[in-house]
Amino acid sequence: MPAPGSVPKVELRGVKKRFGDKVVLDGLDLVLQPGHSLVVIGGSGTGKSVMIKCVLGILRPDAGQIFVDGQELTRLSGRARDEVLKKFAMLFQGAALFDSLPVWENVAFGLIQGRGVARAKAKDIAIQKLAKVGLGADVAMLSPAELSGGMQKRVGLARAIAADPDIIFFDEPTTGLDPIMADVINDLIISTVKDLGVTTLSITHDMVSARKISDHIAMLYKGKIVWAGPTAEIDHSDNPFVDQFIHGSAEGPIKMEVRA
Amino acid sequence: MNVFAAIGRVTLGFFRETGRLSLFTADSVTGVVRPPVYWWLIAQQMMRIGYFSLPVVGLTAFFTGGVLALQIYNGASRYGAESFVPVVVLVGITRELGPVIAGLMVAGRVAAAIAAEIGTMRVTEQIDALTTLSTNPIKYLVVPRLIAAVISMPILVAIADSIGVFGGYIASTQSLGFNGSVYMNNTMNGLTFDDVSSGLIKAAVFGFIIALLGCYNGFNSKGGAQGVGAATTNAVVTSSILILAANYLLTNLLFTK
Ligand SMILES: Nc1ncnc2c1ncn2[C@@H]1O[C@H](COP(=O)(O)OP(=O)(O)OP(=O)(O)O)[C@@H](O)[C@H]1O
Ligand SMILES: [Mg+2]
Repeated sequence: MPAPGSVPKVELRGVKKRFGDKVVLDGLDLVLQPGHSLVVIGGSGTGKSVMIKCVLGILRPDAGQIFVDGQELTRLSGRARDEVLKKFAMLFQGAALFDSLPVWENVAFGLIQGRGVARAKAKDIAIQKLAKVGLGADVAMLSPAELSGGMQKRVGLARAIAADPDIIFFDEPTTGLDPIMADVINDLIISTVKDLGVTTLSITHDMVSARKISDHIAMLYKGKIVWAGPTAEIDHSDNPFVDQFIHGSAEGPIKMEVRA
Repeated sequence: MNVFAAIGRVTLGFFRETGRLSLFTADSVTGVVRPPVYWWLIAQQMMRIGYFSLPVVGLTAFFTGGVLALQIYNGASRYGAESFVPVVVLVGITRELGPVIAGLMVAGRVAAAIAAEIGTMRVTEQIDALTTLSTNPIKYLVVPRLIAAVISMPILVAIADSIGVFGGYIASTQSLGFNGSVYMNNTMNGLTFDDVSSGLIKAAVFGFIIALLGCYNGFNSKGGAQGVGAATTNAVVTSSILILAANYLLTNLLFTK
């Protein structure tokens, strides 16, 4: 039982998820404290995105519990569940912008559709949020297809912060960007997080980004968290999985499943 | 390879797919009655499904009406029954060919477009993004398309009926030596409410099938561009087959009393 005042923002207990015969999450436990910036690292295909999608209510876990602010999300349904899910925002791996809508409507989408804000007002807010991620009002009328990958990530970030969420999830925020743009995105994440005072959960296999944007790190391997601790301790974790991963070595306990 | 195992697998796959489609249908239909209603999206989809299908449906209806007149004349003249041509064209178009031809053409155009669009949204995580923005993807994507298709198809078929009959008229007066006003008179006298309305009921059902299967295949596509391609093909094939099957059932239901 957690003591009052230290209720975790998000907690996963024994979460399991499989697709057919393939077990992806195998009794995963994870705690995200309020105000923390936690990064979950792990190899490709270890189920990092699946984990986040379980918390976001996009996938239903097969077993286990997920708590948000002490409320058991996995037991809620209907309006109560929607209310809890409104605390979340997400920056997707590929930005996932709606390509049928102009940039500003992408950013304003959650306000207009989810919260019933009038379009004119939502547009003003969208332009403010775009400014926060370093994009001018001229970008607002463009279509997402006209933007570069880095700009799409920025618009995705603007969309994520538009409805003033409590918790933001970042799925591989820097993957597929050049190192300089990756650093720009890292800085943007840090500044918006500080600005809004939100709790964040990010997943990445980019260690540079992980060190920069996190204060805590957890490592996912074979459907379980094998190590969790403050970012400062990652270099002396004494955990062979973590050591192998941060040094990017092929030798170690992690065996890549290479199939022809 | 064990024959029984193979048969079993196919059978199980069939029931799994049917079950999933039924759940999807139930979700979509309950979505129709629950707020919010996206009026603007419905209007937009009516343009795309109905209005932009007019040229292709109109053209096919015109030629079908013409061919129908030529063939019926050929058959009827063997018994000296040429004067039945107008009414047989009318009945054939309004009861069967109008709705079925329009249904198949729209299935090719619209079910494919819907599956491709929604499939792309699926594989690029746009559908997941909707969920995180407090928007139910079924209600935002599926319901407007269903409503728009169910409303547009009968309108489209009413127009196709008129053009089809007109096609018969042109063929009969230009190639078969019919007198124009006699042909029109015969057509008007043969016109019954039941013939037309049964065709329009079929049209609404076909519209439902087209939008539902377009959306269903799009929602369940996976694995990038190839998956979207497969979903698109599947949407056209399954909706066309279902339209023909539903047509048989509806004809049985509406006309064999
Ligand atoms: N909807 C789904 N249906 C079936 N299998 C799935 C589904 N979603 C994910 N998987 C499988 O689950 C596994 C984990 O996928 P996930 O996307 O979570 O990996 P990841 O850790 O995010 O990898 P990456 O770093 O490459 O993004 C993969 O093997 C994937 O094929
Ligand atoms: Mg991923």
